[in-house]
Amino acid sequence: MSNSEPDKATGLHSGDAKPGVAKVDPILKASNVTRKFGGLTAVNVEHVEIPRGAITALIGPNGAGKTTFFNLLTGFDSPDSGTMEFNGKSLSGMRSHQIAKLGQVRTFQLTKALSLLTVLENMKLGATDQAGEKILGSLIPQIWRKQEAEIEKRAGELLERFKLYEKRDDFAASLSGGQRKLLEMARALMTNPTLVMLDEPMAGVNPALTESLLEHVLDLKKEGMTVLFVEHDMHMVRHIADWVIVMAEGEIVAEGPPDQVMKEQAVIDAYLGSHQETDLGVVTGRIEVSDDGEDK
Amino acid sequence: MSQPVVEIKDLYAGYLPGVNILNGANLYANEGELIGIIGPNGAGKSTLLKSMFGMVKIREGSIELNGENIIGLKANKLVAKGVGFVPQNNNVFPSLTIEENLQMGLYQAPSRFTERLEFVTEIFSELGKRLKQRAGSLSGGERQMVAMARALMMEPEVLLLDEPSAGLSPVRQDEAFIRVSDINKAGVTVIMVEQNARRCLQISDRGYVLDQGVDAVTGSGRELMDDPKVVELYLGNLGA
Amino acid sequence: MDWIQILSNTVESILSPVTFAFVLASLGLAMHFGFAGLLNFGIAGFMAIGAYGYAISVLRFDLPWWGGMLVSIVAAIAFAILLGAPTLRLRGDYLAIVTIAAAEIARLLFLTNTFDDFTGSASGLFGYHDSFRAANPIPEGTYGFGPFTYSETDWWVRIFGLAVLAVVIWLLWALSRSPWGRVIKGIREDEDAVRALGKNVFAYKMQALIIGGVFGAMGGVIYALPSAVNPTVYVTSLTFFIWTALLLGGAATVFGPVLGSIIFWVLQAFLTNVLPALAQEGGILESLTSQQASTLRFILVGIGLMLIVIYRPQGIAGDKRELTFVK
Repeated sequence: MSNSEPDKATGLHSGDAKPGVAKVDPILKASNVTRKFGGLTAVNVEHVEIPRGAITALIGPNGAGKTTFFNLLTGFDSPDSGTMEFNGKSLSGMRSHQIAKLGQVRTFQLTKALSLLTVLENMKLGATDQAGEKILGSLIPQIWRKQEAEIEKRAGELLERFKLYEKRDDFAASLSGGQRKLLEMARALMTNPTLVMLDEPMAGVNPALTESLLEHVLDLKKEGMTVLFVEHDMHMVRHIADWVIVMAEGEIVAEGPPDQVMKEQAVIDAYLGSHQETDLGVVTGRIEVSDDGEDK
Repeated sequence: MSQPVVEIKDLYAGYLPGVNILNGANLYANEGELIGIIGPNGAGKSTLLKSMFGMVKIREGSIELNGENIIGLKANKLVAKGVGFVPQNNNVFPSLTIEENLQMGLYQAPSRFTERLEFVTEIFSELGKRLKQRAGSLSGGERQMVAMARALMMEPEVLLLDEPSAGLSPVRQDEAFIRVSDINKAGVTVIMVEQNARRCLQISDRGYVLDQGVDAVTGSGRELMDDPKVVELYLGNLGA
Repeated sequence: MDWIQILSNTVESILSPVTFAFVLASLGLAMHFGFAGLLNFGIAGFMAIGAYGYAISVLRFDLPWWGGMLVSIVAAIAFAILLGAPTLRLRGDYLAIVTIAAAEIARLLFLTNTFDDFTGSASGLFGYHDSFRAANPIPEGTYGFGPFTYSETDWWVRIFGLAVLAVVIWLLWALSRSPWGRVIKGIREDEDAVRALGKNVFAYKMQALIIGGVFGAMGGVIYALPSAVNPTVYVTSLTFFIWTALLLGGAATVFGPVLGSIIFWVLQAFLTNVLPALAQEGGILESLTSQQASTLRFILVGIGLMLIVIYRPQGIAGDKRELTFVK
């Protein structure tokens, strides 16, 4: 292992680690949340709590309802029933931009870097409470110039951190896929969120860039933010997640620290597969297994 | 030495005028080989694959199938010549059943349907049981299966796969890779682009690492997996 | 073929109130489509509301000319809210369909006999000029040179029109450079990304719809100011002419619509003069009457619009990266 293991948060739950277990300090709570599409029940979550200040992974097979649940939590979809609370405030009836204003920010599976804006403009867009964004205020530059300069400074610092500073005046369209991921993450941080929700942040990112993205996610935790992410990359999950929630067919089927959850047979059968630690070249018979074993 | 099934030499290609994504890429595949293409984002992996199927503007270079130039040929001619392509997204017709999707794969030679269906359902046994199901109701991994099966209906000599494991859960990814290996063992030359470099190289006979539009490193699957430079730049250490 | 006369008429059209009206309407459409990505196919409706709002206020309610203009602006705002409230949360195509219908409904309401007392129905409205003319500071006389020779009344209209144009251009320019403009640009590309950053996308789109609508209404006012309000003017083809002018100049820029409108209108003036003359002269158009030859220009506009959308959707002044309809 080239990096040292990150510090994992422990003691997040009160009670046995099973689906719906209460957390010592939950930032997000959801109860009896359902969402149906026609005859299909996409989400049916009895109870779930997301621990504050920790990194929680939401895993599960395709069609398990993870992205739908994500959309429900962030206001991009409304549940058919149920209650959701963020920092004690009820989210029912709230729209996505209102929830974002509360301190929750999300990224998207298909990266939404705004290509027709420059990298810096993308970043500045992320800042909240901008006087210049109001229609009347925008016409009087004196009102927003100072704020704009402050925003630009903060954006510059974040861009440096994400190694995008040199590209600040380029159109986001000219960035590579991995750089766009970084831009989306950096832009999300401009909103000063308390809860960062990442929808498959590693999708389409080549493995070498994954490590630096992971470091950025760990930094979020160091700075006191809570992270909830959906992912298929088990190595990432094992490496940085403090807590894992497993969904299947719309329901939460397992919860707990990563090592524990990933050993549960049901999770292995439905999701991880039994070849997690083996070389597929061996499994497919393409390689001879030498006596001392070719296994990883 | 017999000639390779697919040979790409010094290819320059791109989508927008004046912008080249491939800058002199080379690749060849011998009959029966499983070739893996990995590399960073924007390196041109998908572009290289798509250029073999006439989906990208070729500026310079050659692409030969069994010694014959195939640049400029339309998709229907390529399929007739034995090239099958499985795209990453939008790869099934959601309003059609699985059976109808497979029929679409064979529209140039519909009389062979029964015979090919048997072959395909041997590899994809689950599909055989659900032929009347609407493809739109399938999960991502199941659609991948249908898309691959459809490409196989025309008995291709070469199968081009664009990130077959994308968006799939770990168990489905493993299944997909094992399936690709099975298809290859049945005699189909396979060229696949993959983001899951580790798994891809584990089953590949030979691999290409694409970077900035050229084939930066090449070797057998095992060689690439063990090459420390490749590991550092492309595979990452987490899986090790 | 009296080329001197033809050219003189053509050049003169640059300073015509009709041209100004066109520029204003296309600047409004630029705000809608070029900046916010809203598909408004009813800009003629906003112009009608502006023109009728002005004329009705002056004629029926004895408001002074500036009161009439205020009414036009308020009416445009109301119209925009009416259009936007149900449609801005839906996909863009819905706004497109609703705006075509709304503009036609407006026009037919202005045309129907039922409101004849207010709208003059098929005859339209005229004779509302006194108030505006009374405000003219220019002393009586004829001024100018060459084709640009006008009376003081005509000059007053033109100067006023230019003043309104200057204000509108400045507004559009200032907005496009501001943080508000940045949010709008983001919305045009991807609404969800902007929502996820905490911005109320619906409110921004509504603001853009209102602003562009007011610009369009002022276009209608300037159009009607020196002449009359005629319901046959505000038909759907007017909307498509404005789209052509906008796309020709460059939809996502501030000066593109100005450029496109001027070129468009000058071309129209040229063709209106040249085509009938060609028909009379003999030659290619010999078999057509002057009337028919004149209407040939509409065919040419249609072909021109198609060619622009296919081959140069970003227009003359636009940036190809910003506006390509073919992905």
